[in-house]
Amino acid sequence: MMDAYWLPVIFIGLMGLSVLIYAILDGYDLGVGILLPMGEADEAQRDTMIASIGPFWDANETWLVLAVGIMLIAFPAAHSIVLYHLYIPVAIMLIGLIMRGVAFDFRAKAAVDHKLAWDRTFKAGSILTTLAQGYMLGLYVMGFEGGISTHLFGLLSGLGVTAAYSYIGAAWLVMKTEDNLQQRAVAWTKTTGRFCFMGVIAVSIVNPLVNPGVFDRWFDFPLVMFVLLIPALCFAAFLFNDFLLGRLPKENDRHCWVPFSLVMLIFLLCFSALGFSFFPDVVPGQMDIWEAASAPESLVVILVGALVVVPVILAYTAFSYWVFRGKATSLNYH
Amino acid sequence: MLDALMLSRIQFAANISFHILFPTITIAMCWFLVFFKVRHDMTGNPVWMRAYRFWVKVFALSFAIGVVSGITMSFQFGTNWPGYMETVGNIAGPLLGYEVLTAFFLEATFLGIMLFGIKRVPNKVHTLSTILVAIGTSLSAFWILALDSWMQTPAGFEMRDGVAFPTDWFAIVFNPSFPYRLTHMLIASGLTASFFIAGISAYRILKGDVKKAPRLTLKISLLVAAVLAPTQALVGDYHGLNTLEHQPAKIAAIEGVWETEKGAPLLLFALPDEETKTNKYAIGIPNLASLILTHDLNGEIKGLNEFENEHPPVAPVFWSFRVMVGLGLLMLALSWFGSYHMVRKGKMPNWMLKVLVGTTFSGWVATLAGWYVTEIGRQPWLVTGVLRTEDAVTSLPASNVAFSLAMYLIVYSFLLVAYIHTVFLMARKAVKEEEFETNEPKPDGNLTNVNQPQDNVEGSAKA
Repeated sequence: MMDAYWLPVIFIGLMGLSVLIYAILDGYDLGVGILLPMGEADEAQRDTMIASIGPFWDANETWLVLAVGIMLIAFPAAHSIVLYHLYIPVAIMLIGLIMRGVAFDFRAKAAVDHKLAWDRTFKAGSILTTLAQGYMLGLYVMGFEGGISTHLFGLLSGLGVTAAYSYIGAAWLVMKTEDNLQQRAVAWTKTTGRFCFMGVIAVSIVNPLVNPGVFDRWFDFPLVMFVLLIPALCFAAFLFNDFLLGRLPKENDRHCWVPFSLVMLIFLLCFSALGFSFFPDVVPGQMDIWEAASAPESLVVILVGALVVVPVILAYTAFSYWVFRGKATSLNYH
Repeated sequence: MLDALMLSRIQFAANISFHILFPTITIAMCWFLVFFKVRHDMTGNPVWMRAYRFWVKVFALSFAIGVVSGITMSFQFGTNWPGYMETVGNIAGPLLGYEVLTAFFLEATFLGIMLFGIKRVPNKVHTLSTILVAIGTSLSAFWILALDSWMQTPAGFEMRDGVAFPTDWFAIVFNPSFPYRLTHMLIASGLTASFFIAGISAYRILKGDVKKAPRLTLKISLLVAAVLAPTQALVGDYHGLNTLEHQPAKIAAIEGVWETEKGAPLLLFALPDEETKTNKYAIGIPNLASLILTHDLNGEIKGLNEFENEHPPVAPVFWSFRVMVGLGLLMLALSWFGSYHMVRKGKMPNWMLKVLVGTTFSGWVATLAGWYVTEIGRQPWLVTGVLRTEDAVTSLPASNVAFSLAMYLIVYSFLLVAYIHTVFLMARKAVKEEEFETNEPKPDGNLTNVNQPQDNVEGSAKA
């Protein structure tokens, strides 16, 4: 049956799209949280940094709910396996998300002497969430095999994702802030970019070594000539960004949006590489999308709605970014 | 004793009990905000905007906690109850999916514009954003209640190899108990938000707030509650009849009826005892339960004994129901009495204000009690007649669940204290705030002039 073949493919595509959008969008606001400078003199900068993500964080996080929701709806068997293995890191991530989500709102409303504590909570929550997500990504890539190497790879991946989110968060700040904070953001982008680069290299080396299937796929001649474009482009993007950052900020703030676009490109490339490594497996080495898929009659029901609603969501998301375009201003309810 | 099943049940109960507090506030409070904003746009009277400004902050805080605890909820199905999605995922999945697609993104995106966009978008777009957020929160309730009702009274599906497959989506969404449950929940939200607004407004007045906004919100919230409270009693009655038809074991537990009987009494107090299958110290009004449930003095009510091992634990259902109804009656009395004072005299005696402060969160308690009646009353079934709770639970070691449960309990209790503390702190801050803020003309900083002639709310309050 056509449906039984194509529906899972469409849904893994939709799920991939929401994971990618999530990583970029919540990635930058988690990154901003990670970078929060905690000195007492930095309070104004903290306010601006948090203001730069204020109107967006909630909608950004919704992409995570959608991604997990699609896995739950379309691939229930995989959902059970994945969440069984990731029970503890998921719980830790959720606690992290709770901490930052509420700290964001409490900091503005709490008594003045509690504000610093809520800012610390915000930073800690962001770091906890990011580490947990990176650790989960590492375990996933390893196909949830037990053993010390899996956990080590999980930790490595946790650090890699922390560098990546900080990188995109810093690039976001380059675009959304000015003056001293912008200069600091340029420096942060440069440093975190280098860490992120090392992380990408490390994961790219380890991943094919531990997964023979992935190795074969990547180095399958003549396809190798084509797929190596991904790391080549990625490398070029890193290099060019590093070079450009040395020249920012420019007069009239020209090109302040370029680093963020480049980091988005890097995220897209790394994500495609992961997708290329594992498709059509939904749990690497264990289960492919057709084995995990749920009933076509349920998938069709969701697909019809998704095809109508997702473009609308993208439209009003774009509208919201357009409304809050330009530099971040102080966060004021009115 | 505390195995993964029991721990998962406690964790789920803790998560949902904490989560439900915040949507219960925000679903209806957002419609209050729409009302304030639209009234402001229509009349140009700044007092409406002041009411909006204060309550939108409370709304934002409540919404944020609702969002993060809701994300936690959405993971619970997969982490703790894998058997749930494996058995009924074909039905629960699309319903949850539609909630995310139609409600989550809508409310999350326009919340940004509603909270921070007032100077960046035309006023009409801002009002529209407020309306869209309100629609989003209500749509969320629609989908979640559709799913919960389907679990209580499943319809529109067939079982193949132990897995539920949808056959009729209309029958699934509009299952037999859905209209009653949705209406009951929306009104519960209305009452919760009303008493919350009334309580905090009363608190501000008690703290010496002489501005008009708190008096206005006090009056409006009490009037809304005065209409909703009796409506809720009526809807609750219909809901009960529906439950008697589809889930008689739940009704038997609610009424504490052990043996099938005609002309059953309405028990006001009793200690149901599962061991002896009797009630101790029962005090009841003869024939009233039969009258209420069957609209016949000698109507027959099935007893718990007819549902051998298939009935819910009696005492929690029995008592939760009495807490819910008792609070409902209290809210009815308070809202009528309070409305009378506010409409007739435009103010309220101090003791009454204090009582209202005391009942600020009465809606929370009543709603939680109501959910316990509904959800514990569904046991031992997770999906009535389809899936037992014990068959859906994770095979994880109990220690993992104990770890996550402990973390949630610590975080939730801290947040609950912080939330309540902060809401009252915001109220105290508002007492001292100037009546006129940033973007409005200031009467030369002369605060004694705040009772402007154009500010004719007092006039309308007396009308």
